Amino acid sequence: MKRFIGFVTKEFYHIFRDRRSLFILFGMPIVQILLFGFAITNEINNVDIAILDNSKDATTQEIINKISASKYFNIKQIIQQENELESVFRKGKVKAVLNFENDFSKNLIKENQATIQIITDATDPNTANTISNFVNSILQKYQQDQNKGIEIKYIIIPEPRMAYNPELKSVYMFVPGVMTIILMLVSAMMTSISITREKELGTMEILLVSPIKPFQVIVGKVFPYIFLSIINAAVIVLLSIFIFKMPVQGSLFLLGLESILFIISALALGILISTISKTQQTAMMISLMGLMLPVILLSGFIFPISSMPLPLQIISNTIPAKWFIIILKGIMLKGVGLAFIWKETLILIGMTVFFIGLSVKMYKIRLE
Amino acid sequence: MGITVSNISKSYKDVKALQNISFDVKPNELFGLIGPDGAGKTTLFRILTTLLIANEGQATVADLDVLKDFKEIRKHVGYMPGRFSLYQDLTIEENLTFFATIFGTTIEENYELIKDIYVQIEPFKDRRAGKLSGGMKQKLALCCALIHKPKVLFLDEPTTGVDPVSRKEFWEMLKRLQQKGITILVSTPYMDEAALCDRIALIQDGKILQIDTPEAIVNQYPKTIYNVSANNMYLLINSLKAYPHQHSVYPFGEFVHYTDTREGFNPEELEQYLEVQNLLNIRIEKTEATIEDSFMELAK
Repeated sequence: MKRFIGFVTKEFYHIFRDRRSLFILFGMPIVQILLFGFAITNEINNVDIAILDNSKDATTQEIINKISASKYFNIKQIIQQENELESVFRKGKVKAVLNFENDFSKNLIKENQATIQIITDATDPNTANTISNFVNSILQKYQQDQNKGIEIKYIIIPEPRMAYNPELKSVYMFVPGVMTIILMLVSAMMTSISITREKELGTMEILLVSPIKPFQVIVGKVFPYIFLSIINAAVIVLLSIFIFKMPVQGSLFLLGLESILFIISALALGILISTISKTQQTAMMISLMGLMLPVILLSGFIFPISSMPLPLQIISNTIPAKWFIIILKGIMLKGVGLAFIWKETLILIGMTVFFIGLSVKMYKIRLE
Repeated sequence: MGITVSNISKSYKDVKALQNISFDVKPNELFGLIGPDGAGKTTLFRILTTLLIANEGQATVADLDVLKDFKEIRKHVGYMPGRFSLYQDLTIEENLTFFATIFGTTIEENYELIKDIYVQIEPFKDRRAGKLSGGMKQKLALCCALIHKPKVLFLDEPTTGVDPVSRKEFWEMLKRLQQKGITILVSTPYMDEAALCDRIALIQDGKILQIDTPEAIVNQYPKTIYNVSANNMYLLINSLKAYPHQHSVYPFGEFVHYTDTREGFNPEELEQYLEVQNLLNIRIEKTEATIEDSFMELAK
């Protein structure tokens, strides 16, 4: 036990005396969560658009007013002629142009229909799609208002309700993802680097020629990072609650336990990486390429797994982060208890046990 | 409590690092492993400290088998690798405390053993190990290797990169440790340090050339050595090498060590030859053989 405490004390000296690792440990979680929360967002707000009004009558004016009154759009420019369209987009100042046809009101009254062309800049397909949907819904609302009191035979009114995230805040989606990435990075990369550092500096040679057992070295290496990762997880949850007003619906205690489980699985991966790499550089590259990329791309954090091709869907099952994100979303957004996420938890436990077993087996008690 | 090595061989891919090495280190002996870089000294140390497994042969350390009893050996030996291998970001005191703890002891418990060495670095005990001079690093590393009172001490090139004064001090410390009953196996590329060991093994290209006391090795040197000097060192060496009767020519400090193939060699004959080569201030004197001469002769 004394040996263990001595080892852990030494590890803390290493961590607190290395400014770079301290920054990665504590600076990065905060920077990342703020970046993802504020800067990287799928929502649209104050999008600049242009209007080409060929009829300039009461109806078109009314619609334009409605659109400019919404907080989503900002009418930046009024164009007079069709041939200006191209140059407006080229300059990149507006994201969309609404093109009202000639005699808009007249057509509406005479033929019961009129056309607005919505031209969007689809170099950014997501935004283009969102803009077009928003314009559509404003138009539909206007139509319903106009048709009040008039009897229509059949009508289907879709009533969409965005469950668990009614305001469609993208931060709700990013928080579980960022938390997963950071825990993975801190736990796996930092432990693999700190173990390979001992190999690189030759201190591993002395540790091997001492009575300290491999098991004690591994636990001693891992323990400080469990502790620091839990602090990190807490910081992220607090930031998302207080800065992004993200409610945590489920039990904080369960959230904590699941996080510890994921942290341990990531640490085991870190040890595994350290057993196959000789230098800190290799350990870092393997952690980044082998862990970070799959976590970002295949875990369902950014890209939905269901729309991936089948082989990738199968691969995504082997990534612990995928299951942890499902668990996080379940607890934080849906407020479910263990009864609904026991399957994911069990998979995560299985993976953790497997990784720990493998890394203990791969850990070398000699130099080669 | 000594070391026995019998028929040890070790290869890395195509390189034969050790070929059929055998020797014994008696209990409480200061045994030197003398040889140039790449001779296989570090590989041998790693086999004896249970870090590597030999391809062939057996070895014991303190009567324990390096393969079977490796866990037990690790408790009873002190090992100081060739490269400085302590924690650079920890202070002197923290390093020492850490190694004491993992060996299940304390600094106070074995202070007597390291006292002579530790007092020299104690004034800097709050300084980080990475900021120490070469000599101080070696002293600290030795303290860390001694803190658990090992029965056998392995020192792999402990004086490489250390100034001459610190080197001398270091060897005096080793002598004192030997008096405290510790068996010491030390390797060095410096031939002058060989004379300070009880017995030495000359090693080159993974083979042992000779094992004996330094005096015996020197006494066995078969030829008479002459110190030759002249005004132009470069020309002198070239001229001597071109001399038809030369047996060996090695620069040795300000002199050239020269041996002749003939039994009845007359130095005056050589002097005349060198004068013809336009060399001035020629001096030729008999001298004693050194370990280095023996090594060169054996390695020929």
